[in-house]
Amino acid sequence: MLRLNNNPVLDTVIKLVTTAVAMFAFVFVVMVPLYDVLCDALGINGKTSGEAYTAVQAGVDESRTITIQFVATNNESMPWEFGPSVTMMKVNPGASNDTVFLARNPLPQAMIAQAIPSVSPARAAAYFHKTECFCFNQQPLDGETATDMPLQFIVDRDLPQDIKTITLSYTLFDITDLVDGDVAAR
Amino acid sequence: MGDHHHGPAKGLSRWLFTTNHKDIGTMYLWFSFAMFILGGSFAMIIRAELFQPGMQLVDPAFFNQMTTLHGLVMVFGAIMPSFVGLANWMIPMMIGAPDMALPRMNNWSFWILPPAFLILASTLFMEGGAPAFGWTFYAPLSTTYAPPSVTYFIFSIHVLGLSSIMGSINIIATVMNMRAPGMTYMKMPMFVWTWLITAFLLVAVMPVLAGAVTMMLMDIHFGTSFFSAAGGGDPVLFQHIFWFFGHPEVYIIILPAFGVVSQIIPAFSRKPLFGYDSMVYATAAIAFLSFVVWAHHMYTVGMPVAGELFFMYATMLIAVPTGVKVFNWVSTMWRGAMTFETPMLFAIGFLVLFTIGGFTGLMLSIAPADFQYHDSYFVVAHFHYVMVAGAVFSMSAAVYYWLPKWCGRMYNETMGKTHFWISFIGFNIAFFPQHFVGLAGMPRRIPDYALQFADFNMLSSIGAFIYGASQILFLYNVVATIVAGKPTSEEKTWDGAEGLEWTVATPAPYHTFETPPQVK
Repeated sequence: MLRLNNNPVLDTVIKLVTTAVAMFAFVFVVMVPLYDVLCDALGINGKTSGEAYTAVQAGVDESRTITIQFVATNNESMPWEFGPSVTMMKVNPGASNDTVFLARNPLPQAMIAQAIPSVSPARAAAYFHKTECFCFNQQPLDGETATDMPLQFIVDRDLPQDIKTITLSYTLFDITDLVDGDVAAR
Repeated sequence: MGDHHHGPAKGLSRWLFTTNHKDIGTMYLWFSFAMFILGGSFAMIIRAELFQPGMQLVDPAFFNQMTTLHGLVMVFGAIMPSFVGLANWMIPMMIGAPDMALPRMNNWSFWILPPAFLILASTLFMEGGAPAFGWTFYAPLSTTYAPPSVTYFIFSIHVLGLSSIMGSINIIATVMNMRAPGMTYMKMPMFVWTWLITAFLLVAVMPVLAGAVTMMLMDIHFGTSFFSAAGGGDPVLFQHIFWFFGHPEVYIIILPAFGVVSQIIPAFSRKPLFGYDSMVYATAAIAFLSFVVWAHHMYTVGMPVAGELFFMYATMLIAVPTGVKVFNWVSTMWRGAMTFETPMLFAIGFLVLFTIGGFTGLMLSIAPADFQYHDSYFVVAHFHYVMVAGAVFSMSAAVYYWLPKWCGRMYNETMGKTHFWISFIGFNIAFFPQHFVGLAGMPRRIPDYALQFADFNMLSSIGAFIYGASQILFLYNVVATIVAGKPTSEEKTWDGAEGLEWTVATPAPYHTFETPPQVK
């Protein structure tokens, strides 16, 4: 066995301390990224891709109609008025669809928001592609103004046959302090 | 460098500066008993509130602080340090070593524990109250919605984690390097084996716990978002990290208890331990499997079916090595010349009740069934059967078994047996009905409950008070033994006991095995 020190007790101690430090590092550099990778790969948690989807020309599947429901929620003390312009759409897989979410900042001061999407059923997350989404960016808004936030999406033609309804939910977070405090979000 | 055969120093400095494994072991044992009484008094408040439905004695916020602190104090303050104390006292004497490998670090790993728990207990008197998010401190309860005292809680966990890691490094270094000539690994007493494996588990997972609370600290104070969806994090990640620590942690608690019982049952059956080799391999197998079953604590978070199945089968697999152990203990007793002194009563009590706790664990491991049991009183009943009737019963057995060797005085056998029977009956009255209310749908961690659970809860509270009171008898018996017990100088207190610790004088001298014994 590898000997790191001539004193056998010190040798054991060095190895064990190294193990303990390595396990502490393991949490940060392995467990956290691995969790994100696994959630992405398995489509757990209804996490959709954080990046714009580049459409593949595959034609529209006219034979199926999928109901898309939109849900908007404010996190904690987020004061904005936030909601979808239409609560439901019927779409064909493969077709590109547009809608907007409406947001209004009722407070006098400018704020910054971040929307986090989630898809239900979670199995559908991998088949719900956003080509353009307000959730890709932070959304700054001046005091007492309103804005339309665009969303463009395609439902994949490979969506499992048993899925007829997909719910897309956005939670809007107030990240003004985080951005002003110059602390980068992870 | 003074006289090599000096005795203990006088006064307080003996305890503050001691590097003697027996002194440190004694301090660990007394400290853990004090924490056992503290955690127990929190439990008494919980059971008093639950004696009848409706809000009776405390407000819900304080009730939550009680359940949280009860769990934390019992797991980290009572059970873990008690077994570390036992390891300090017994491991050098069992392997024929003069002391632990790192005596000064040993002193430090004990003395940082009381401040850690002082910090934790002081949160009770802080504005906003003590942590109230359960001993599992799930985010975001423990981050976004935590009381300000959570920072003290985090620091306390860091310190006690450091203490555990240092203690385990010491134990591994001692066992690996300081065994008497001729004592090969496969000749070590089972208690030494189980502690060696436990210490490896501790070195591997206490840093993970430290990582989890560090992330909480960063989320709360430094603007990161490990567990907050606002910044792209995920609260479920917390549960994965916590249980990656938490499941090995439950074996950290129970493996030394297995070791104690594996010493005591052969002694009072007057037969060698049945299947020693398989006991060693079973312990190692349990330790290994403990790393791949963590998600059975979180079946309901929304895992893929493949994940649920993997964790379900892996969990069920643990029943195999655990079953090997139970069968070996029973086989050890089979046709033995058994007597039933107090340590043996507690060991048999352990065996029966731990097996019940193991079976309810198997029920909980069934993923589809767990959706019904999850976070119900059934879970509370399950883990008290393995924690209390497992770890605490075996600790009581250990104290009665080795107390004559420690202090050279015999405890009162009648009082010991009375302690056992009151404990055994009180424990079962307290926790057996909780299986029923759990299956009927009573959730855990609630200060008030629906009326149909009233009778069983009253019974449960009465049992808890009986069990709590029996510990006062235990304390009295131990103190009375130390102060005025019948002196004994027999090297072997129990005629069936085997091992090097029974070859030294009684009471055990301050220094033992300064020249190592020869083991054949």
